[in-house]
Amino acid sequence: MIPASFRYRRATSVEEAVAMLREADGEGRLLAGGHSLIPLMKLRFSEPGVLIDIMRIPGLTGVREVDGGIEIGATTTQVAVEESDLLRERAPMLAEAAEGIGDPQVRNRGTLGGSLAHADPAADMPAVMVALDAEFAIAGPGGQRSVRAGDFFQDVFTVDLAEDEMLTSIRFAPLRTASYAKLRQKASHFAIVGVAAALNLEDGLCRSARVAITGLSTHAFRLPVVEEGLRGRRLDADTIAAAARDAAAGVEQINDDLFASETYRAAMAEVFVRRAVTAAAGRV
Amino acid sequence: MAREAGESMTSAKTPGQLAGQRIRRREDPRLIQGLGTYVDDVKLPGMLYLAFKRSDMAHGTITRIDASAAEAMPGVELVLTGADLKSMLPPMTVYASVPTPERYSVAVDRVRHVGEAVAVVVAQSRYQARDAANAILVEIAELPAVVDPEEATKDRQALIHEGFENNVALSTGPSGTGVDPEAPPADDAAIDEAFARAEVTISQRMVNQRLAPTPLEARGVLAHYEPGKQSLTVWVTTQSAHIVRSLVAPALGMGEHQVRVIAPDVGGGFGCKTDIYAEGYVTAAVSKRLGKPVKWIEDRSEAFLATTHGRDVIGYIDLAAKRDGTILGLKARLIADIGAYQALWTAEIPTGAQAMLSNVYDIPAVRSELVEVFTNKTPTDAYRGAGRPEGIYFVERAIDMLARELNMDPAAVRRKNFIRPEQFPFTTQTGLVYDTGEYARLLDKVLESAEWERCKAERDAAQAEGRLVGLGLAYYVEICGLGPSSSMPVGGWEHGAVTVERSGTITATTGSSSHGQGHETTFSQLIADEFGVPMEGITILHGDTAIVKQGVGTFGSRSLVVGGTALKLAAGKVKAKMATFAAQMLEAQPQDMVFRDGMVSVAGVPESGIPFADVSAYAYVPVPLPAGTEPGLSEEAFWEPEGMTYPYGCYIAQVEVDRETGEITLQNFVGVDDCGTVINPLIVDGQIHGGLAQGIGQAMLEEVVYDGSGQLLTGSLMDYAIPRATDLPPFQLDRTVTPSPLNPLGAKGIGEAGTIGSAPAIVNAVVDALSPFGVSHIDMMLRPEKLWQIMQGERS
Repeated sequence: MIPASFRYRRATSVEEAVAMLREADGEGRLLAGGHSLIPLMKLRFSEPGVLIDIMRIPGLTGVREVDGGIEIGATTTQVAVEESDLLRERAPMLAEAAEGIGDPQVRNRGTLGGSLAHADPAADMPAVMVALDAEFAIAGPGGQRSVRAGDFFQDVFTVDLAEDEMLTSIRFAPLRTASYAKLRQKASHFAIVGVAAALNLEDGLCRSARVAITGLSTHAFRLPVVEEGLRGRRLDADTIAAAARDAAAGVEQINDDLFASETYRAAMAEVFVRRAVTAAAGRV
Repeated sequence: MAREAGESMTSAKTPGQLAGQRIRRREDPRLIQGLGTYVDDVKLPGMLYLAFKRSDMAHGTITRIDASAAEAMPGVELVLTGADLKSMLPPMTVYASVPTPERYSVAVDRVRHVGEAVAVVVAQSRYQARDAANAILVEIAELPAVVDPEEATKDRQALIHEGFENNVALSTGPSGTGVDPEAPPADDAAIDEAFARAEVTISQRMVNQRLAPTPLEARGVLAHYEPGKQSLTVWVTTQSAHIVRSLVAPALGMGEHQVRVIAPDVGGGFGCKTDIYAEGYVTAAVSKRLGKPVKWIEDRSEAFLATTHGRDVIGYIDLAAKRDGTILGLKARLIADIGAYQALWTAEIPTGAQAMLSNVYDIPAVRSELVEVFTNKTPTDAYRGAGRPEGIYFVERAIDMLARELNMDPAAVRRKNFIRPEQFPFTTQTGLVYDTGEYARLLDKVLESAEWERCKAERDAAQAEGRLVGLGLAYYVEICGLGPSSSMPVGGWEHGAVTVERSGTITATTGSSSHGQGHETTFSQLIADEFGVPMEGITILHGDTAIVKQGVGTFGSRSLVVGGTALKLAAGKVKAKMATFAAQMLEAQPQDMVFRDGMVSVAGVPESGIPFADVSAYAYVPVPLPAGTEPGLSEEAFWEPEGMTYPYGCYIAQVEVDRETGEITLQNFVGVDDCGTVINPLIVDGQIHGGLAQGIGQAMLEEVVYDGSGQLLTGSLMDYAIPRATDLPPFQLDRTVTPSPLNPLGAKGIGEAGTIGSAPAIVNAVVDALSPFGVSHIDMMLRPEKLWQIMQGERS
């Protein structure tokens, strides 16, 4: 539990952070809340040469309304997400997911952007963002770009982020009819499976749905078969159950570990799709 | 949430008496504000840091160690291998009545579990030490790992220790007493007849799984050898400074008079902190060799690998009974997976499981066998309950299965078999002598408290709706107040010393050493009552061999029972002497002195009173000195109990299992305990809460898991779940009070009780909840997936 030696730098602006990453030449890692990275460093699973602290960069923190959408700064802590009145009112799924993360100490330090960029296969927020079709703002040496959450998460701990880029903010359209449900691993409180369901409901019908899952496989992704089963339908219990039935069908590489076998995870995918969709539909 | 109703049985309170009051712990303000002093808070000038290179292989022969790179790294002062240390330290001490394999602190030529130390680095900083340890190259030729304790004893398995055929560390019985391997074989005729007469039998293999004790403060040692004084001071997070001293002094070729051991604030122990361990011996030996202070602080990863584990006993249990529920006999074959070595108490722990096999029941024939088996895992040793939870779990599961088989109320089956009050002192077929107990009275109380009939009706109604609600009841008795010396290799007494200072304040020392038990509060209450003074002026010191003259330590729920009694006796001696001085001052007789409300007065003449502090001041400037009296007010006492105490209790759990996920919700938990006389009900409740958390943790959350090659899969708190407040419901607790006749306090001990009774209560409840699926037993831990699979079985 003693990390290897590393250099500590503190950035005061996004541009400076990006420049420091560039200087580090692949040896640099951004440090925000440190609740994913530092445990890995203590176990020496990760030995970055340079840590670039971005927690003091002005303007990277906070939840705000921008042009009818909601924007969350990358270094916003999970507890700030959990306690945001704006999110509780307009995007309650975020607060709901945040309050199930780790424990209060983790939520007080851990950040939304850190969790997303780290992309643990069992983290909660990636599924939430994919279901909200959030847009991630990314700063790099060539300036700003943006990427959809569904394209950002690519594989185990692998995201669409170059070595000299950083995630600066997350933006999405507010949505009340969305919910996150998960089966917690008892020690870490990570998701054995976690399902985020975002529904577009109109006149009692589900016009469209985005349903994303985490913990099941290498990274968070959408479940098109489930979404198709909900689209255009009235969401009664039978419809939801039918749509959820094949939640894990066709998913390659279902995780199998000490906490849950592949079979159990697949079965829980169905259960938690049903629970998340039912809760989302109940939020009208 | 304990109710005070149960305390009406305590002896009548005089006004101002502190014993029996819910007084908040005096130690908490400093501990919860971060103002405590733990080993890692102690820093000495020129202190060096020690780190261990550990085996990442479960079983193998060390073929090469190359420390050259490590030795060249910045700040590195010394690198030692097992071969180097073999000339510095003898094999480690083991308290076992059977032959044990020789074990050196650092592996010399062979490693036998992942995490076993293979080399040591001493450097100027903790970081340098860790970096250098990582740079040591160790080559190990792999041997087949022995992981399954039942397979371990079969032929053609790798042999872990020469001379221990079939990897058997200890084999007892078949024996009626179990606890003594020398005892003659049990009367097989009795047990055979019991099973021949049986109208119903229960037969079940059960696993009481391996756990990691996981105190929040992991282990740590700071050793400071001073060459000029030829003395060694060791700060160590331990349950017993005196045991540590008795281990470390001879290992270093020193006398106990040259060694001072200090246990500062200790952040939990749960049984895993009585041994000095390999790391303690090595830290002390290195300090002696270098003549400098050396510190080693265990990190959490090391704690999972190298601090002893607990439990890990498989039981094959057979119960013979009549159809009216009367138990005729019990047979048990126990297989304990003790890991790679015998640690300090390892061999003794599973024998406690054998001893408990009669529980609170009058079972006419009990026979048990025990085999302790070496495997390539971390050694086991004491963990909260230490043998009792295993034995009680087996009995309480078996009797629950009997109730289910007979379609009887689980409370009724237990009641039918209780040892009756008039049978005490009661000698069990396992050789224990229980002091007192009113088991039926306590059962009545817990059933009333839980509203048992209503609970059953609600359970039935819920099950009729298809909800998987279950009720579980478990009864326990346990062994506390460890002593007398005939039962303990380190002595079964405890020491107390009390000094009334010149100013009238009081300093007391106890050989029992707190690692969370609240000694400073409970013992202050006791002494305050003895002298009729407020507890604010009393200081309790413990855990320092230079201040505390002698001691045994804190384990086996013995602190109040044995240590508290020693203090009470010492205080009584001081009080008698003080009465002599007061009598001189008041021109009265010593036997007429009354100590009350900070005054000493003549009995019946309260207006004669003089301040307590005036008497103490006089005792130190005694002009005139009363005839036949020495000046001063300082006395000590050793107290040796004549036997152990047997607290008991009963817990009721209500659970609901999620039909879709197998997750358990613990809806309600009701308990009644009887630990004899209670000095501080708040601390007793706290002990029960903590014990319940760890018992519920065993049932629902905790399990040390190794893979087939002996790699630990649960090596972090991300993988091994310890219970948190959010995992637990409010506890509804109550008490009965049946004082023990074996000590003047009437105390029985409470530290381990909650752990012992709660695990079987939970499992019984979950089996009840899943009874629609035809299940009669489920092994811990109750993983949701395991329950889900049981429910799937019914569907398919």
